[in-house]
Amino acid sequence: MSSINLKKTDVIFGLCQECQVPQRYPVLAEVIKKDPRDIIDEIVDSGLRGRGGAGFPTGLKLKFTAVQADPEKYVLCNADEGEPGTFKDREILLKVPGKVFGGMAICAHVLKAKKGYVYLRGEYKFMLPELNKVLDDFHKTIKNLGYDFHIEFLMGSGAYVCGEETSLMESMEGKRGEPRNKPPFPVVEGFRNKPTMISNVETYVNITMIQKYGVDTFCKMGTQDSRGSKVFSVSGDTPIPGVYELELGMKLSDFVEEYGDGDTKAVQVGGASGFCVPRRKFEETIIGFEGIPTGGSMMLFNSSRSMYNVLSNYLDFFAEESCGQCTPCRVGCQQLVKGIKAVKNGEKEPEYLDVLLKLTDSMKLTAKCGLGQSVANSFSTIVSNFKEEMIY
Amino acid sequence: MSEVTSLIKNLAEKYGKNREALMPILQAIVEKNHYLSEEVMKEIAETLDLSAAQVFGTATFYSFLDTEPKGKYVIRVCKSIIAEMKGKKEIIKTLEKTLKIKVGETTPDRFFSLLETNDIGWSDQEPSMLINDIPYTNLTPEKVINIITEYRSK
Repeated sequence: MSSINLKKTDVIFGLCQECQVPQRYPVLAEVIKKDPRDIIDEIVDSGLRGRGGAGFPTGLKLKFTAVQADPEKYVLCNADEGEPGTFKDREILLKVPGKVFGGMAICAHVLKAKKGYVYLRGEYKFMLPELNKVLDDFHKTIKNLGYDFHIEFLMGSGAYVCGEETSLMESMEGKRGEPRNKPPFPVVEGFRNKPTMISNVETYVNITMIQKYGVDTFCKMGTQDSRGSKVFSVSGDTPIPGVYELELGMKLSDFVEEYGDGDTKAVQVGGASGFCVPRRKFEETIIGFEGIPTGGSMMLFNSSRSMYNVLSNYLDFFAEESCGQCTPCRVGCQQLVKGIKAVKNGEKEPEYLDVLLKLTDSMKLTAKCGLGQSVANSFSTIVSNFKEEMIY
Repeated sequence: MSEVTSLIKNLAEKYGKNREALMPILQAIVEKNHYLSEEVMKEIAETLDLSAAQVFGTATFYSFLDTEPKGKYVIRVCKSIIAEMKGKKEIIKTLEKTLKIKVGETTPDRFFSLLETNDIGWSDQEPSMLINDIPYTNLTPEKVINIITEYRSK
């Protein structure tokens, strides 16, 4: 059944195919003539927010990096797409890599940065030969346009936490991918302790498209708080798994009507670190920054699925991927794994779930990075909405 | 000069001798030798003027940088919740039966290692697995047997 309320778009993949033609890159020819301050203003005015999940306003990030006095600045693209249920950056890099490189070059023009890096997850190494071919042509073209900017690929090696921007930089510097303390934020001290603009793959495509079509066109899509469109990774109990681009600010019920199998019991919005929404809340839940923000992972579960298995799988994932640096996350994740098993097996009373909920509250407050802080999201929303399934 | 020494020397020429060269060097050695031995890590430390602990620390942090010997072809089956829902268990069973090893083990001829791994970015096409760098998706037991046969004849 197709939902009439869902607004499908095709900005990321469809529009401006010429932005993909290596010998042209028409946007970049225009951009280099522009005053960097105007570009910053446009990105700020567009209301674009980071597409990796955290949703920081991209224009402000660019502005904060630009105002730093240090002339050595870097542009990084976070292609360490590791959130369970996410695969949209894979499709973007396979289909429209030129738009990603373009967005990076636009930022480089603003920042007068000479070097950019794409940190690509090890799992996507198979794409590298093709991506480097596109990149070679890209370099030739932008050099002719007058850019002095060079992009390089660096590979990850199977560590989820490296998607956290500061651990990504640690990894690029040859170290263990352990998150740094913030502040200082990357805009002040990032890669090599220099001012660094780091954004998600999809965010850079949006920067290209805003420069190509203008702020007004971008602002026509989405809602007040969630401008533009978003690429969603749809998986699980759906007849049509895949990558879909939709305007932000939709109701979850409309989404489920379109992508569900008619028996959707819950949707996990934003991956293992996101939120679980049960059927009775589909109608009132908005997908976007005014409701539940997401990096795009949408996992659908129907009535045949045990939400205990879902939670248990997520917790095993966090316990494995925790970098172990801070105690709340390292010990917390292990205790949660043990705790829900003990309740399920009857070794602990059901009330023990409340103790575990308190533990996730502490983790939210005290863990050093987003990994440990966000375990509470899935834990509390699954446990509170499917309590019986956790016990019996 | 031993084979390892010249390999590291070549890699240091390609990627440089500062700490930022460490990841690419470790990755290149795993690709070639299928794991990082203690000897190799010590030698890298010397070449890059780092302590052995720094090299060991970085190497052991990343799940794809094996510090135990692995087979020529490392099979990593995705174990995300979506993979589980779409039949990961059957795929593991088939692989264990075909390769006559359990998850975590390497065949005696050092041809295959079988591992599980977290989400590899193919939730729209589960079950999935990586063999070294190459992803295989929408797996069925039959498909898995064919893939393994193909690799055996390589």
